[in-house]
Amino acid sequence: MHAFKYHRPSSVNDAAALVKGEAKLLAGGQTLVQTMKLRLASPSDIIDLGTIKDLAGIKSDGKTLSIGAMTRHADVAHSAEVKKAIPALAALAAMIGDRQVRAMGTIGGSVANNDPAADYPAALLALNATITTNKGKHEADKFFKGMFTTALAADEIITGVSFQVPRRAAYTKFKNPASRFAIVGVFVADFGGSVRVAVTGAGAGVFRQADMEKALAAKFAPESVANIKVKQDGLNSDMHASAEYRAHLVTVMAKRAVEAALK
Amino acid sequence: MGAPLIGARVERKEDYRFLTGAGQYTDDVELPRQSYAAFVRSPHAHAVIKKISMVKAKASAGVLAIYTGEDFAAAKLGGLPCGWLITDVNGQPMKEPPHPCLAQGKVRYVGDQVAIVVAETQAQARDAAELVEVDYEVLPAVVDGSKATAKDAPQLHEGAPDNTCYVWAIGDKAATDAAFAKAAHVTRLDLINNRLIPNAIEPRVANGSYSRADDSYTLYVASQNPHVERLLMTAFVMGLPEHKVRVVSQDVGGGFGSKIYLYAEDVAVTWASKQVNRPVKWTSDRSEAFLTDAHGRDHHTIAELAMDKDGHFLGMRVKTTANVGAYLSTFASCVPTILYATLLAGQYKTPVIHCEVTAVFTNTTPVDAYRGAGRPEATYVVERLVETAAREMKIDPADIRRRNFITAFPYQTPVALMYDIGDYNATMDAAQKLGDVAGYPARKKASEAKGKLRGLGYAAYIEACGIAPSAVAGALGARAGLFEAGEVRVHPTGSVTVFTGSHSHGQGHETTFAQVVADRLGMPIENVDIVHGDTSKVLFGMGTYGSRSIAVGGTAIVKALDKVIAKGKKIAAHLMEAAESDVVFENGAYTVAGTDKKKMFGEVAFAAYVPHNYPHDKLEPGLNENAFYDPANFTFPAGTYVCEVEVDPETGVVKIEKFTAVDDFGNIINPMIVEGQVHGGLTQGIGQALTEGCQYDASGQLLTGSFMDYCLPRASDVPFYQVDTRVTACTHNPLGVKGCGEAGAIGAPAALMNAITDALGVKDMPMPATPQTVWRTLKNKKAA
Amino acid sequence: MAVKVSLKVNGKSVSAEVEERTLLVTVIRENLRLTGTHVGCDTAQCGACTVSMNGKAVKSCSMLAMQAEGADVMTIEGVAKPDGTLHPMQAAFKEHHGLQCGFCTPGMVMNAIDYAKHHPDPTEEQIREALEGNLCRCTGYHNIVKAIGAGARAMAAGK
Repeated sequence: MHAFKYHRPSSVNDAAALVKGEAKLLAGGQTLVQTMKLRLASPSDIIDLGTIKDLAGIKSDGKTLSIGAMTRHADVAHSAEVKKAIPALAALAAMIGDRQVRAMGTIGGSVANNDPAADYPAALLALNATITTNKGKHEADKFFKGMFTTALAADEIITGVSFQVPRRAAYTKFKNPASRFAIVGVFVADFGGSVRVAVTGAGAGVFRQADMEKALAAKFAPESVANIKVKQDGLNSDMHASAEYRAHLVTVMAKRAVEAALK
Repeated sequence: MGAPLIGARVERKEDYRFLTGAGQYTDDVELPRQSYAAFVRSPHAHAVIKKISMVKAKASAGVLAIYTGEDFAAAKLGGLPCGWLITDVNGQPMKEPPHPCLAQGKVRYVGDQVAIVVAETQAQARDAAELVEVDYEVLPAVVDGSKATAKDAPQLHEGAPDNTCYVWAIGDKAATDAAFAKAAHVTRLDLINNRLIPNAIEPRVANGSYSRADDSYTLYVASQNPHVERLLMTAFVMGLPEHKVRVVSQDVGGGFGSKIYLYAEDVAVTWASKQVNRPVKWTSDRSEAFLTDAHGRDHHTIAELAMDKDGHFLGMRVKTTANVGAYLSTFASCVPTILYATLLAGQYKTPVIHCEVTAVFTNTTPVDAYRGAGRPEATYVVERLVETAAREMKIDPADIRRRNFITAFPYQTPVALMYDIGDYNATMDAAQKLGDVAGYPARKKASEAKGKLRGLGYAAYIEACGIAPSAVAGALGARAGLFEAGEVRVHPTGSVTVFTGSHSHGQGHETTFAQVVADRLGMPIENVDIVHGDTSKVLFGMGTYGSRSIAVGGTAIVKALDKVIAKGKKIAAHLMEAAESDVVFENGAYTVAGTDKKKMFGEVAFAAYVPHNYPHDKLEPGLNENAFYDPANFTFPAGTYVCEVEVDPETGVVKIEKFTAVDDFGNIINPMIVEGQVHGGLTQGIGQALTEGCQYDASGQLLTGSFMDYCLPRASDVPFYQVDTRVTACTHNPLGVKGCGEAGAIGAPAALMNAITDALGVKDMPMPATPQTVWRTLKNKKAA
Repeated sequence: MAVKVSLKVNGKSVSAEVEERTLLVTVIRENLRLTGTHVGCDTAQCGACTVSMNGKAVKSCSMLAMQAEGADVMTIEGVAKPDGTLHPMQAAFKEHHGLQCGFCTPGMVMNAIDYAKHHPDPTEEQIREALEGNLCRCTGYHNIVKAIGAGARAMAAGK
């Protein structure tokens, strides 16, 4: 790891004021610390959000579920509130990494990093989430800009994410056998009348699958998507999964997500 | 005297320290005035080093010294030696191009060592290593072994035309061709045995320390064979007398072959410690381990089996290209020859076999022995062929095996080995029963009802272990003896410290060997300690690999125990005023037949060290004996594995539903430990077949360079195993033992791939059977 | 630049002067010389570095020492009773031969203890899932899974 200067701000505003040059914000660190260890990232400054009060927590009013940015994956996975409002979201959180990683990793860190194979972006997009920052709000639909890129300004810090509570939803994930990141993850959310289908892992960033949304809005059943062929164009291709295989898996995972949502 | 310890499930003596964090692994050794090393490594698979600039690096904080290949050449340090000379088909010695510790003029794989940086801290050493500027002229690379001999392939070494190390052969070619000419059916397979990366969870570590006080060196290193490491390093590389070098490998966190070899880093830190006059420690990180720990396997083979109309094997013809990587690692040359082709008879009476092996250099990490070493590759060839033959001949795969099993022993195979004993029907019977093969059709139906594909596959493997009779090995090219040494030091009050040249890096020798010693001496196991892994304590040792520890190392201890008991008998006879021939040793006591005279072992030991009443005219005082044991033959563990899989055709995911292993390891000292060895071996074999596949891109960059891309099996990838044993005792060692460390890794890949190809209804598919590969195989089948 | 980090390790307050880029595992191994916590990879997969922080199993190679400021950390050295008696999870690993070379073992035990606190009677499948972040190359997991099941039940029984 290269040397850097470490900061421990006590508020979001203080943290934002420290952002300059090659500085990086540190949430749970489960991605950033690895990247720094491998000397693939060399920030000049590390701004640790870990001791800022009130950035973690879960609230629900029946229509929206709000999760603070520094809420750990394990806390979302085990939260009675999340399980009651959006059980699929708790299940998704329980599928991230492993239990040690989930004890440290945060929703804010995951969303800000926008790894194309991360799980949370699929949930945000499918659940029509709103991302709250120190500077305002972003709709999920306009937030994710492709691989590791978001609508966040350099000194903009996520403070929380609010999800719309669906009628029913499910997330299915086909894991990379080695890294256990998503080769394809599909989040299906039925809002009664409208359906949102978000796909992670398959492309350069999380995306919605319009054909499936339309078919499921007409009839929320596995057979509605089982024969929808997903185009390979623009999908990722690597040694673990070709674009062709990923395209196929999107359909299979979507079908299985619908089956799970109906259970 | 309690129940015998041999054969008992004794909990391990070493566990307490490992469970409480008190193990002493090499990286835990921190010496006074410790300094740290980092290596500058080649980012290219093949390049000429035009210039190395160290100006910035030398100015970096904390840097003590930087050395390159030029410094090593000036110091007249030799290259890394290969321990086994293979003689080719023309009677010529194999090509052994120089293997410098630090590259000299050229780099030949990504990760090749270019310079060593020594600094005050590890972070500073790594910082400075990044600042060493190397100007490379990148050359084209060859990665694939089967393309290495092509006319236009880039050439790695001046002294190895066509990148060929050797072309070697075994067996009667004319007789084999004749057998094929009269065959009713020939089964042919084109097989790849995928390259693997060992990945012991403890990365390699080397901490060299020089003392000006007596001009001596100590090297703490994670090694499976410290004496061999010392011998190679002193005699072949550094030109030092052995008595000036101590090598210590106390607790080692797994080896699987990868820690047998003398590595460049070991030499470099040892030499550098004298130059900077401080201890120098290098700890590999996982990324370096992927690039530089010797890899395993990497064969491309065309194999044919000739049969008569009833499925009796008439002959086997095998042609293999073995990719040995950029340089010859310590035992690289014997793996695809002596440890591979000699096992092609398997458990069968195949009368004639011919095998030709071409070993080639490529711009990849050196390849050497990895758990099983040659024998998994042989088993894969034989058992994939046999299963495929059964399908083609429409004979039940178990039946075709039974028709061809060797049933009379000793048995001379057509490929050099002489099997002393075995009972292959017994392990087959037991495996079929334990695996409930009779219930398989019903389970297959149930899977089909769920839309899943189910398959069943066998592997009936054999291995040659207990390596090795030195004279035989020497005749085959070994440049070392392969005996083992042991010493039994009896203390005045009768407790015992045993020193063994075997090395434990997870095998539990401290327990197993102590069981043998305590039983023989009739004392509680608490009174016995086993010491290994330190050349200053252990008299000599050839180390642990090839499932040799109990068969060779254990026997050396037994031989030393025999001497201790014999000397004790003389002392006891004197003490009891009896004739030596009347004294019997049993259950820890010397007695005189027909009398009530009795001396406990401890009393005799005491008399040996407080020799007031002692036969000084006939005996020296003290009770301390050592023995060297050179085995008369290899041992031949064998067994049958049955694997059952269920495949999800939609995703290609393979789930192992049942895995049954019945092995014959001869007599068993500690069944708990043996089962553990089988579980671990099976999982590495399953890893090879299902998840692990080393991949390079065409330019020689390692694509599977971390656990993010190289899939080590996790707990959720494997099932509970059903394991059992059958026993035919080895005929030529006193314990009747054969060795169990590698069996699982040898038999599992073939069993699993036989099951998967059965489920998919295809003749063959490549390992590892990842979901994508399985899905694509099914898709291609549908299209065809 | 050197910074000071203060935390509690195995019940004892400790502090260390370290470079800012120092990992928690480095402080544990090098500054405190508690070498039972191991490093087996650099991508947070192997779990050999697992310790308990504020009651939760975390990977000490995946966090800066500064992130542990003020935390209550327990390493493998703090698990057995002061008189040396093994914790029920450690004892279960010994009884079920859940370790071979011992290198992954401290991380396995630290994760297993945390897991068992919340799962007193886990199924085989649950245990395998809980081991997603711990690699072992020796045991094939068979006896580790058995040991964790037995250890969890022993912990629940208050042994």
